[in-house]
Amino acid sequence: MSVELGPAIPGPSALGGSPRRFVYLALTLAVTEFKLRFFGSALGYLWQLVRPLMLFGVLYLVFTQFVKVGGRVPFYPVVLLGNIVLFTFFQEGTGAVGSVVDRESLVRKIHFPRMAIPVSVVLTAGFNLVLNLCVVMIFALASGVHPRWSWLQAPVLVALLAVLVLGLAMLLSALYVRYRDIKPIWEVVLQALFYATPVIYAVEALGVSDRIRELIMMNPIAAILEQFRHAVIDPGAPTAAEAAGGTLHLLVPLGVLVAAFVVGYRVFDRAAPRIAEEL
Amino acid sequence: MSGVPAVSVEEVGKEFRLPHEQAHTLKERALHPFRRSGSDRLHALEDVSFAVAEGEFFGIVGRNGSGKSTLLKCLAGIYKVDRGRIRMRGRLSTFIELGVGFNPDLPARDNVMINGIMLGLSPKEALRRFDAIIAFAELEEFVDLKLKNYSSGMQVRLAFSVMSQVDADVLLIDEVLAVGDAAFQQKCFDVFQRMKDAGKTILFVTHDMAAVNRFCDRAVLLERGRVELIGPPDHVGARYLQRNFDREGAVVDGGEEGRVGDGTAEIVEAWFEADGVRTDVLPQGAECTVSVRVRVHREVAEPAIAVLLENERHDPLWAVSNEDGDAPSGLHAPGDEAVFSVTFRNVFAPGRIHVTPWMVHAGGAPIIDRRPRLAAAVVTAVHRSGGLVDLPCAMRYERGVREPA
Repeated sequence: MSVELGPAIPGPSALGGSPRRFVYLALTLAVTEFKLRFFGSALGYLWQLVRPLMLFGVLYLVFTQFVKVGGRVPFYPVVLLGNIVLFTFFQEGTGAVGSVVDRESLVRKIHFPRMAIPVSVVLTAGFNLVLNLCVVMIFALASGVHPRWSWLQAPVLVALLAVLVLGLAMLLSALYVRYRDIKPIWEVVLQALFYATPVIYAVEALGVSDRIRELIMMNPIAAILEQFRHAVIDPGAPTAAEAAGGTLHLLVPLGVLVAAFVVGYRVFDRAAPRIAEEL
Repeated sequence: MSGVPAVSVEEVGKEFRLPHEQAHTLKERALHPFRRSGSDRLHALEDVSFAVAEGEFFGIVGRNGSGKSTLLKCLAGIYKVDRGRIRMRGRLSTFIELGVGFNPDLPARDNVMINGIMLGLSPKEALRRFDAIIAFAELEEFVDLKLKNYSSGMQVRLAFSVMSQVDADVLLIDEVLAVGDAAFQQKCFDVFQRMKDAGKTILFVTHDMAAVNRFCDRAVLLERGRVELIGPPDHVGARYLQRNFDREGAVVDGGEEGRVGDGTAEIVEAWFEADGVRTDVLPQGAECTVSVRVRVHREVAEPAIAVLLENERHDPLWAVSNEDGDAPSGLHAPGDEAVFSVTFRNVFAPGRIHVTPWMVHAGGAPIIDRRPRLAAAVVTAVHRSGGLVDLPCAMRYERGVREPA
């Protein structure tokens, strides 16, 4: 036995194997999911664009005609649409909660890096986000928003949001394998977050105390949305730092974001080797 | 073959926790935070070791629950081994199921790509082999048809075609692949054989002993998670069949139903032996014995005793009496006991055989005791002829021989 046999096979893991294969798998799963999303519907991909627009239409009608929230916010329609699109990404990406369980047939039949599954869900949501952001941009230009250099912040903000979403997707999908009540709980949390985050309102126009405003801005999604509004749509809107009451206050949402990613990764990584057995 | 194994399984152990009550919900956890839900440990694999040489076609056989599927999943890297390690040389491909990742709502084109990538091809490789895959599956006209509109046969063909185009050095193949009609099975094995000829190492999990015998160079028999035997396929196959029927052979009617006789003597028991040992399993080709014990109650002279062997469909296979051979019974006094034994070369086709012993007065009537289907045994063989017996034979085939004009 002179020739080396090589190391022991590692068994299933979160990332394992070649990075290239990880990318292929995550992309393949994401593209397939994307293709299937509106399979069989007459409008096909167009639904991807129409859906947030319809939600926008409903909310716009309600919050400008009946509940006068948007009245004092400049560019309110564009702000509303942008917020909806970003929040939809958060919602779709963290919808990965059931993804590992749904992909049971793959998990139990072939060896592949388990993390490709939640990553693929976030990727699919990301494709939609990119499409939707194009609509937002067109809408913004049509509404009289002028292109500015600060638009370059948008990719960074989206990336930050993606990190948060990915962390939560990993955390939730790994926990869901063992605890099936994660899903309904998360649905309720999403609902609550939708209103706790300045999506349909602007945080500075809320007329609440500074304390409450700062509390709202501890939410990383709120900080990202707020900064997005300032950088992309309305330069007159407060920056995230201003809304949070000081740059130092932004450490809280940033901490939450990093913690979500780190905890999510660690939980998924620890669960990965046993996922096939526990399904 | 080089001296270095392509696959080396070293003292592998795998346990599963089988919780009595699966605490699946948070509420249960919250309400009973300290209750340890009891769990059994199932030792699916214990101390399993073997090595497979490069280019070898290696069978993994065992009964249901013997751990063969668990072993396959450990080899495939789907389960993590708890003890020991598995080492491998080269690229591995696993075929536990055909068409992993197939989606009925997508056309064949997309499915081939998805499946190929799942099985380890890069998108570029998958694209390059796409035509070959479709050609092999003979589905050129249906490339853009959605998979759900395919017949199940077409789906299998497509999936199998993808598999045959995946290149790996070590292949893990589960038996589920070899389902389907005989022609498809043959095609499967043709592909396996071609892969083997190309120097690939193949690990094949099955409980089809005929396939093991035909294709495998060696095989391992697992029993309750342990290695029972590693060796040539016919040895492993024989042991497997013996294991399989050990507990089933003894099923008997008891010989009471339809029992007739005048009570002069009684047939106490009947049994089979193989290689001199009482058994319920008779390997085909072995020296076997069927024996009958009688107890005499009234004096009787020169009774005849016979045994009839039948298969499960009541086809008579063979009947023989002591008068056929040189085994006269003589004069019996009350209380005498005697054993009549017939030893034969077991040529019977695999399946269950029953013995019906009977004893008659000299001259053929009346019947002293007849106990239909008193005992049974299972004939095991690695191949099945389809007839009632498998006779040893010689054969030849001459070409170019014309009927004399």
